Amino acid sequence: MLSLVTFLPLIGGLLIFLAVRDQSDSSASTAKYIALGVSLLTFLLSLRLYVGFDLTTAEFQFLEEVPWLPEQGIVYRMGIDGISLPFVLLTALLTPICILASWESITHRVKEYMIAFLALESFVIGVFCALDFILFYILWEAMLIPMFLLIGVWGGPRRVYAAMKFFLYTLGGSVLMLIAVLALAHKGGTFSIPELMAIPFDFGFQIFIFLGFFVAFSVKVPMWPVHTWLPDAHVEAPTAGSVILAGVLLKMGAYGFLRFSLPMVPDASRYFMPMIFGLSLVAIVYTALVALMQKDLKKLIAYSSVSHMGFVTIGLFAFNQQGVEGGILQMVNHGVVSGALFLLVGVVYDRLHTREIAKFGGLVHRMPVYAVIFMIFTMASVGLPGTNGFVGEFLILLGAFLTNKAVAMVAATGLVLGAAYMLWMFKKVVFGEIQNKAVESITDVNAREVAMFVPLLILVFWMGFYPGPFLEIMHVSVENLVQQATAVKTGVASVAAMAH
Amino acid sequence: MPVQLPDINLTLLLPEIFIALAGMALLLLTAWREDQEGRELVANGTIGTIVVAMGLLWFTAHTTRTTTFGGMFTSDSFALYMKMLMCTAALLPLLVSRDYLKRNEIFKGEYQVLSLFALLGGLIMASSGDFLTLYLGLELMSLSIYVLAAFRRDDKRSSEAGLKYFVLGSLASGILLYGITLIYGASGTTTFTDIHAYVSGDLHHHGAIVNLGMILILIGFSFKIAAAPFHMWAPDVYEGAPTSVTAFMAVMPKIAAFAALYRVLLEAFGPLHAEWSPVLQFLAVLSVAVGALAAIAQTNIKRMLAYSSIGHVGYVLIGLSVGSDLGYQAVLVYLAVYIFMNVGAFTLILLLNRDGVGDEISDYQGLAHKRPLLAFLMALFMFSMAGIPPLAGFIGKLYVFMAAVQAGMIKLAIVGILFSAVGAFYYLRVVKRMYFDQPQSDRDFEMEVSIPNRLVMGVTGLFVVIVGIFPEQILTWAKISMSSFQ
Repeated sequence: MLSLVTFLPLIGGLLIFLAVRDQSDSSASTAKYIALGVSLLTFLLSLRLYVGFDLTTAEFQFLEEVPWLPEQGIVYRMGIDGISLPFVLLTALLTPICILASWESITHRVKEYMIAFLALESFVIGVFCALDFILFYILWEAMLIPMFLLIGVWGGPRRVYAAMKFFLYTLGGSVLMLIAVLALAHKGGTFSIPELMAIPFDFGFQIFIFLGFFVAFSVKVPMWPVHTWLPDAHVEAPTAGSVILAGVLLKMGAYGFLRFSLPMVPDASRYFMPMIFGLSLVAIVYTALVALMQKDLKKLIAYSSVSHMGFVTIGLFAFNQQGVEGGILQMVNHGVVSGALFLLVGVVYDRLHTREIAKFGGLVHRMPVYAVIFMIFTMASVGLPGTNGFVGEFLILLGAFLTNKAVAMVAATGLVLGAAYMLWMFKKVVFGEIQNKAVESITDVNAREVAMFVPLLILVFWMGFYPGPFLEIMHVSVENLVQQATAVKTGVASVAAMAH
Repeated sequence: MPVQLPDINLTLLLPEIFIALAGMALLLLTAWREDQEGRELVANGTIGTIVVAMGLLWFTAHTTRTTTFGGMFTSDSFALYMKMLMCTAALLPLLVSRDYLKRNEIFKGEYQVLSLFALLGGLIMASSGDFLTLYLGLELMSLSIYVLAAFRRDDKRSSEAGLKYFVLGSLASGILLYGITLIYGASGTTTFTDIHAYVSGDLHHHGAIVNLGMILILIGFSFKIAAAPFHMWAPDVYEGAPTSVTAFMAVMPKIAAFAALYRVLLEAFGPLHAEWSPVLQFLAVLSVAVGALAAIAQTNIKRMLAYSSIGHVGYVLIGLSVGSDLGYQAVLVYLAVYIFMNVGAFTLILLLNRDGVGDEISDYQGLAHKRPLLAFLMALFMFSMAGIPPLAGFIGKLYVFMAAVQAGMIKLAIVGILFSAVGAFYYLRVVKRMYFDQPQSDRDFEMEVSIPNRLVMGVTGLFVVIVGIFPEQILTWAKISMSSFQ
C-alpha cells in the first residue's frame, strides 16, 4: 500500500514517457491528463492510509520490508507514524494542485515537465515513508534531480544560477549527513531507523552525529544563515515548483530534525537547543525585516517562508508536546498557505507577466473573487484566529513559553512583523487605484484556478476552527517522541567515563 | 644437473593464448588485405576474438586459486572478475568507435590489433603472481597504448599526446622497475608469495629498503592510474589522443593497473598495510581534490573527463587504503561502475563529434531540445559520475565511504565526500548546457546512430540505472572475487 502510494507517480511518469512520443499540442494535453489522473489517484490512495491509520499507537504502520542489500543489513523498509502521515497527505494533496497550476503556464516541453513533477512527488513521499537510512538518503538525494530540472528548464530569467545554487547548497549539506548516517549505522549495527531510535550513544558521538545532520537539515529548512538559496530558487522556479518547494520540500528538513535528531541523539539535541533557538530567532526577526523591503512578490513570500520555518524549528526544539505538535501543524499550515500564496502570485503572473509589487494595485476592482481568496490566505499567513495559522503559532508559542520565556517573547515579535509585511503587501497589490494600464483588462480567476484553491480554503478554515482531527493523527506519536527526546540517552560507557 | 622445469598448466592461459594467436593472425590479415573490406574483417574479427576470449575465460577459469609457471601466473576468481571487466572495457569502446574512426580516416587494422594486444597485456597483469609477469603485461599494454594515442599521426596534438604519454609512461616504468629491484635486493625474490613471506618475518636492517622499494612501486602505479600528484600527463593525453582511444584508455588500462595493484598490495605487501595505507590515503585525498577543483576550469569535455577520472581514482584509492574486506569489495564494484559510466559518456562524445566540433562542453548546447534521448543518457551518466542516487555511481561511493567509516577513517571520508559535492558542479554544468541553454541555430545534431552504438548506449544506460537500484548481484560477485585473497 505504502509503496503503491510512493511509486504510483513514478509509474505514471514512466507511462507518459512511453505513451507520449512527440511535442505536439495533443500529446502535451495527453501528458497533462495522465499526470493529473495519476496524481489524483495517488491522493485518493493516500486518503486510504489516513482511513486505515491506527490513532492509538506510536508504532510504525503499513510496514513493508524487503531485503535489499542483506550483507550490510540494508532493507527496503517503509512505514509511517503520526509524524510522517501529515506530510504524505500534504504532498499527495499539493501535487495535483500543482499540476493544475501548470496547466496553461507551462507551454514548452510539457511531457518532460510532467514526468519530472511526478518523479519529484514519488521521491518526496518516499522520503517521508522510508524507515531505512540508506533508502531515506537515496530518496532524499534523488529528489534533487527533478527539482534541479524543474527550476533550470522551466524557470525564470536567472533560472540557471538558481538551479545550480539550489542543487549545490542542498548537495553540500546532504553529503555530510551520509557520513553521519554511516557512522551511526556502524555504531548502532543497523540501518533501521526505528531500531536506531532505541540505541543509546555516548555524548561525544551524539554531538558528531547531530552536527552531521544539522548541516543537511538546516540547509533544507532553511535556517539562517544558509537560507540564501531559497529566495533565488523561489523567484526563478515556475509557480508549481515554488508551491511544491515551499509546501513540501522545506518540510523535509524539519522532518529530519523530528525523525532523526530528536529521538536518536536527544542529549546532543538538547545541548544544541540554545543554538537552534538563536538561529531561529534571527531567522524570524531578520528575514521578516528583509521581507518588508521586498519589491518582488515571490521574494517576499520566500522570505516569509524562512521566517515561518523559524517558528517551526523553535516549536520542535521546545521539547514538549505543545511545541512539537504546533511545529508539525505549522508545517502543514505553511504548506497550505504559502503554497496558496505562490499560486495566487502565479495567477496574476500568468496574466501580467510581472511580479513586481509596484506594478499591481487595484486588483480588487477587476478581480473580486481573486481578492477574497487572496485576503483569506493573507489572514491565514498572519495567523488570524479562526484560520489555521493561528492554531499552529499559538501552540508553538505556548510550547516555547514553557521552555524559555524570553525566546517566546522575541518570537512573538515575528508575528507583528509578519502582519506588517503581509498586510502591506496585500494593500499594495489588491487595493488602491489602478496604476498599471494592463490591470484594466485583467480577468478574474477561472474555474480551473478556483478548483486549485477550494481544497486549500477548506483546509484553512477546517484546521482553524476544528484542528482536533489533525492533532489527533500525530498526538500519540508526538507523545512518544517527546518522551524519547527528553530521556537521557547517553550510553553506560560515557556515564562511567563521566564518573571517572 | 638437469634444469628442472616447473609444472606448466597451459589451460590456465587459454584465453591469453587465444588472444595472442588471434591478434597475430589478424595482424597478418591486415598486411594482406589493405582494402576496406579487409579492414571491416579485422574489426569484426577483433570483436569476435574478445567475445570468444570472454567465453574461454568463463569456462576455463579456476575459482579456487591455481598457479602455474612456478607461481608466476595465477588464476582465481579475482582474476576472472578483473579480466571480465577488462574485456568489457575493451569491447565496448571498440564497438562504438568504428564510425568515428572512419570519419577521421584512421579505420585501420593496426588500430584493432593494438587494442587487442593492450588487452592481452592487461589480462596478464591481472593474473601476475610475480613482478616479472607483471612488468611483462604492463609493458605490452603500455606500448600498445602509446602507439594508439599517436594514431592520428598527421595530427599534431595526437602525436604530442602519444609522445608525452610515452615519455612519462617510460619514466613511470623505470621508477617501478627500480622499486622492484630494491625489493629483489632485500628479499632475493620477485614472486609475490615469497615476498609476502619475507616481509611477514623480521626485516632486520632491510626495513628501509623494502619501504623505499614499495613506495617507488606505488609511484610507478600512480603514474599508470593517473593519481595526483602523478596525473599531469592525463588531461593532455586524453585531449590529444583520438577520442576512441581516450574512451579505451580511460577504462581498460586503469582496471588492469588496479588489478595489478591489488596483487602487489595484498599478495606481496599484505603484512605492510600500516606502511602503504597512509601513502594511498595521501594520494587519494590529493586525487579527489585535484579531480574536483581542476575540472571546474575545463571547457573541453575530454579534459574534464580526464580530471573526473583522476577524482574517481581518488575514491578507489580511499577504498583500497582502508584495508578491510568491505573496502576491497567497494573498489571492485566502483571499478565496474566506472567502466560503464565512462564508456557510456564517451559513446555519446564519439557520436556527437562531427568535423572537429563536439569536444567543447559548449558544443552540447541545447542538445536536449534536438535529441532528448541522447541528452537524457548523457545526463544520466553525468549524475551517476557525480554520485547522485539512485544511480550506480552512488553505490560505488556509498560502499567506499561505508568501508572508510567502518574502519574509523572518518576524516578521510569527510574530505572525500566534501570534494564529491564540489565535483558535482562540473557534471551539472554539462547537464546545464544540454538542458537549460537554447540550441545554437547552426547545430542540428542530425546523425545516424548505428546499431552497435544503440546497443552500447542501451547497455551502459541500463547498467547505470539497474545497478543503482539493484546492486546486489554485482556486490556478490565482487565479494566472491575477493575471497581469492583469503
